[in-house]
Amino acid sequence: MNELLALALAFPLVLGALFIVLAASTRAALFGFFAFGLFLALAWVELEAIDVALTEAAIGGGATGLLLLRLNARMRRTVSLGQPAGPQLRIVAGLLAVLVTLVLGALLLALPDPAPSLAAATVEPLPTLGISNPITAVLIAYRALDTLLEIAVLLIAVVGIRVMGAERGWAGRPVPWPAAEPSPALVFLARLLVPAGLVFAVYLFWVGADAPGGKFQASTLVAALWLLAIMAGLAPAPRTGGGWTGIALAVGPLAFIAAGAIGLAATGSFLAWPEPVAKPMIVVVELALAASVVVALVMLVAGPPEPEAGR
Amino acid sequence: MIADLLTLVLVPAGAAFFLAGTVGLLRFPDPLSRLHALTKADSLGLGLIALGLVPQAGSIWMALKLLLVWLLVIIGSTAAGQMLARFHLGREAADE
Amino acid sequence: MSATILGLTGALLVGIGLFGLIVHPTALRKLLAFNLVGAGVFLIFGVVARRAAAAGLPGDPVPQAIVITGIVVAFAATALAATLLARLSEPGEQP
Repeated sequence: MNELLALALAFPLVLGALFIVLAASTRAALFGFFAFGLFLALAWVELEAIDVALTEAAIGGGATGLLLLRLNARMRRTVSLGQPAGPQLRIVAGLLAVLVTLVLGALLLALPDPAPSLAAATVEPLPTLGISNPITAVLIAYRALDTLLEIAVLLIAVVGIRVMGAERGWAGRPVPWPAAEPSPALVFLARLLVPAGLVFAVYLFWVGADAPGGKFQASTLVAALWLLAIMAGLAPAPRTGGGWTGIALAVGPLAFIAAGAIGLAATGSFLAWPEPVAKPMIVVVELALAASVVVALVMLVAGPPEPEAGR
Repeated sequence: MIADLLTLVLVPAGAAFFLAGTVGLLRFPDPLSRLHALTKADSLGLGLIALGLVPQAGSIWMALKLLLVWLLVIIGSTAAGQMLARFHLGREAADE
Repeated sequence: MSATILGLTGALLVGIGLFGLIVHPTALRKLLAFNLVGAGVFLIFGVVARRAAAAGLPGDPVPQAIVITGIVVAFAATALAATLLARLSEPGEQP
């Protein structure tokens, strides 16, 4: 029965990917990408990875699709990085694609059985952390350095985007979003969904310690709601260059590094959580990280600042 | 027993609405009638399936969650349908 | 078995994305294809995690957590590329 479900997900995924690559219209390909993202999220549910499914639905499909759709609407001309592919290149690319697929498939089938697993090692020290969702524990404790670097990547991307508007001023607001009057249906949707979604985000944040959820999933949800409010004209796009958004961006990595330093002082290794206060420290760091992730995600989608009139 | 019967009747009925809606989406000639077909599948089809699954939910909370999903999808698809229809009307007006 | 099916799907997604990445001349389509490759790689990772189910967990949480990090980083890279493209499409800019 599970095989049937997996096949029912595999077909739309492969067909969707083919459509995204082969569709003549870029806009059609972009809408295909939204549908593809939803099916991919369902595939993650089938793989029993609910945390990944939440992230994929919010970021992989939703935010990436929105970003690219907006880019497509904003681009003043098509940017080509070369000539259209001739038949020879197509054949070579096709052969290469088939080869890579076959090698990957063969590798997957040749994996050792039973597979090596860190699951037991992950579960064992959970009680000392006061967390029972192992994925949250991996993200915030065992591989905390990865998460710290991930926040750094987000910040670097935000700075990179800001730099690309630099000629026209470091600080400002991104391109005004609803080019025309937003549809009343969208305004209605935003008014209804934003408060309900915020409640759900708080729930996700808190339940992440024990069940699927956590700061990433909650922050992506808040970012998506903020973007919805921006699209409906209910909130302005965040101003770049200082102000409270700058503080929010900085507070996550700073809190994380500070906690790491406390760990270094208390236990002798960076980013180790001193046992008696592990849980409260983790909650504080996660809150700070969530603030940074929300602002960073919204800024990444909103784009570089535009010159402000009268300055 | 009655609960299972309810599921057996409601879920296929919902699936039938989805099928009809998809056929309509593929076969109807213009955007507005395609939207008409699609919104029926979205709200009524999903509603029947959600209602059909309620007897199998096991707990009152799970049942409420199923209904909440239905409610959220109705709100979302109604707004999306409205927006697509308005977009289409605006484009028609621009063409004339 | 169902995990293997999805793993092979991931391999196919990588191949399809790679094809699109090479064949499409326009930058936006390349970006889309690149995201397909990423999705395929993540899916293969997820299958590896699912196969390593142990200790009462449905999968190995370490690869799953890394995929979550990966999705966010891929999004940041895509956003940066998108902004570059928006700049390149302005009059007077040459790719």
